[in-house]
Amino acid sequence: MTETTIADQPVNPVEPFLRTERMPHIWCPGCGIGTTVNCFARALVESKIALDKVAVVSGIGCTGRVAGYVQLDSFHTTHGRAIPFATGLKLANPSLTVVVYSGDGDLIAIGGNHFIHAARRNADIKVICVNNFIYGMTGGQVAPTTPIGAMATTSPYGCFERPFNLPFLAESSGAVYVARWTAYHVRHIAHSMAEAFSKKGFCFIEIIAPCPTLYQRRNRLGDGLDTMKYYKQKSVIKNGASTKDVDLDLRGEIVVGKFVDINRPTLEQTMDLQLQHALGSSYSGGGGR
Amino acid sequence: MPEETATPVATRKVHGRVYIDWNRCKGCGFCIEFCPPKVLAFAGWYNDHGYHPPELTSEEGCTGCDLCGLYCPDFAIFGVREPRKGGRP
Amino acid sequence: MKANPAAVLTGTHFIDGDQACCEGALAAGANFSAGYPITPSTEVVERFAWRIPTVGGTFLQMEDELASSIAIQGATWAGAKAFTVTSGPGFSLMMEHIGYAAMTETPCVFVDVQRGGPSTGLPTLPGQGDMMQARWGSHGDYEIIALCPNSPQECFDLMIDAFNLSEQYRTPVLFMMDECVGHMTEKVVIPPADEIEIQPRRYTSLPPQEYHPFQPCADGIPEMVKAGDGYRIHVTGLTHDEQGYPAMEWRTQEKLVRRLVEKIRTHVPKIVRYEEKNIEDADVVVVAYGITSRIALRAIEMAREEGIRAGLHRPIVAWPFPEERLRELAGRVKGLVVVEMNYGQMFYEVERCVAERARTLLVPHGGGTVHEPEAILAAIREAVR
Repeated sequence: MTETTIADQPVNPVEPFLRTERMPHIWCPGCGIGTTVNCFARALVESKIALDKVAVVSGIGCTGRVAGYVQLDSFHTTHGRAIPFATGLKLANPSLTVVVYSGDGDLIAIGGNHFIHAARRNADIKVICVNNFIYGMTGGQVAPTTPIGAMATTSPYGCFERPFNLPFLAESSGAVYVARWTAYHVRHIAHSMAEAFSKKGFCFIEIIAPCPTLYQRRNRLGDGLDTMKYYKQKSVIKNGASTKDVDLDLRGEIVVGKFVDINRPTLEQTMDLQLQHALGSSYSGGGGR
Repeated sequence: MPEETATPVATRKVHGRVYIDWNRCKGCGFCIEFCPPKVLAFAGWYNDHGYHPPELTSEEGCTGCDLCGLYCPDFAIFGVREPRKGGRP
Repeated sequence: MKANPAAVLTGTHFIDGDQACCEGALAAGANFSAGYPITPSTEVVERFAWRIPTVGGTFLQMEDELASSIAIQGATWAGAKAFTVTSGPGFSLMMEHIGYAAMTETPCVFVDVQRGGPSTGLPTLPGQGDMMQARWGSHGDYEIIALCPNSPQECFDLMIDAFNLSEQYRTPVLFMMDECVGHMTEKVVIPPADEIEIQPRRYTSLPPQEYHPFQPCADGIPEMVKAGDGYRIHVTGLTHDEQGYPAMEWRTQEKLVRRLVEKIRTHVPKIVRYEEKNIEDADVVVVAYGITSRIALRAIEMAREEGIRAGLHRPIVAWPFPEERLRELAGRVKGLVVVEMNYGQMFYEVERCVAERARTLLVPHGGGTVHEPEAILAAIREAVR
């Protein structure tokens, strides 16, 4: 017999991670972002990090709203600038686990420059990019990930620009952990997130998710559920695949998996090493470090 | 009393139950689609917001795997494993 | 609290304004900077990059001013004391984040070593064309505090004040230098650390269940907190309630923006600072700030030699503008001469305060070099004619 949640019933495992007083959230029926938040909660439990030491930084957009719904120190910053904010946050307090949780438009279009530099530096931040191929919050404009031919309000006759291959961009910029999953791959997402939280360096996880109201609807791709079934049907797990080969198109195969998992010194480590080398015992460290 | 051995797999079953917050549900259908034993279905009635929430079609069938909870974008459902009634867990 | 001796370069130095500005930041306890090179401000962060590793702290050159201006805010919310440095074109890029700092009440300092503008303008030469931008540059309503040093010594002293003001009022503070002051080398006396008063960050002592990051104290200013201490705060640039949660409707807007503005306005008497010379018997007051104030002093000297009773009013805190004092002066002088290295910016503030009770004259200058004292003298003569 099903029962509604009342005082003496068990609590949804995601509930302690939510700002319950702010529910319901603003995401549409069938939107994949909420699904990724469940995975995030699961990953935090799995990686056993002290929750007081987790900080979530987001930008502007539907995915950017995650910061406002999680019961953690969270910063909803300006459009595209979650990554530099996170870089400063982490450098000033390295004991924090800093997670950037934002969307494809925010992180890669306006935030693109910061993305590549943080990856280059191997800043110790975990970037979760929910990619719905569109600018959802503002009504469905074209994004740097929108596939050729897809309809968006600012390319109403179909997108004509070649989209980014995000894992390739991340790897070539220097990310030490690169994975892509779809919102269907809930357990894989949680596991990848947990791996990223425990790993040092710039980690990038792309999660392909439906935007049923705008991207799916305007491109006649069904609703959220149809899209999740499409992800299930068309995804191919190729762990260790070359990121050069994981481009996406409108209705084709989706290559998912963990593509990159290497080790390189982080920004803090290279900074400390260099300054130590140059200054010896005069080096007083990084302030918070 | 014979020494206890692990119960043979054929007679061992996990059991669970789901908890649903009716009014959080937005009727997306993820939980129904991805429930492994396929024991969820849309209810015939509407919640306060006009959506059909899920309901359990078979109490016996639910394994408490919480895949529904993991999928639910609205945090409206979760599953919990429970000891099998009257037998060993 | 007193300054940290490890950070203070006590002694008598012969350095320029950029160098002194950096020392002022260090003396104030700054332990984080993120910057981007732009003439004529670059030396400030170059010096910081050189000094901070032995003092204790971090400098990172970011990929642009957009990153610099927000990285310092990330660092601030992690507990650092942070600042960034730029000039005109970078200042324009930083505007969104100055607004973000005002909206989220993030204490930090932005230094603008002004140069000739607009656009790329005169990278290596002075200007004072960013003064109105300092007040109104970011979109929406907010109040700002901006200081104008007129010497390398003031670049040191006032930087400490800038940080203290930012901590006291939980607000970004702008430090409006100009290339002349930044690149002129003068004697700078840096006192011992125990003679330097630092306003500590007003961290809350309330427990997490009771603390709200945007709940003001009686003085209209909320207490501060940092990430990692268990407060589970939420900070957003969206219009928000006391808890920091977005609440996008007009009542919250009214409450929040009114408080942000009143936070500074109600404390104007404590924030305003100016210097005056020869003002008691003045018939004409010259209003000038930054490097221009020093040429104005020469012009006033020349005027006095001609028998004209001229005096100087030098805003040290340019924003909030010293309205009350200007209104007072307007009631008892024949005229006010505003001298600035632009085509009229603070002039409009003076005009507004004077409200036609006295003559107001502007001695503009496109920048690139400082005024000739004769030009100011001519205006002084005109003001008393």
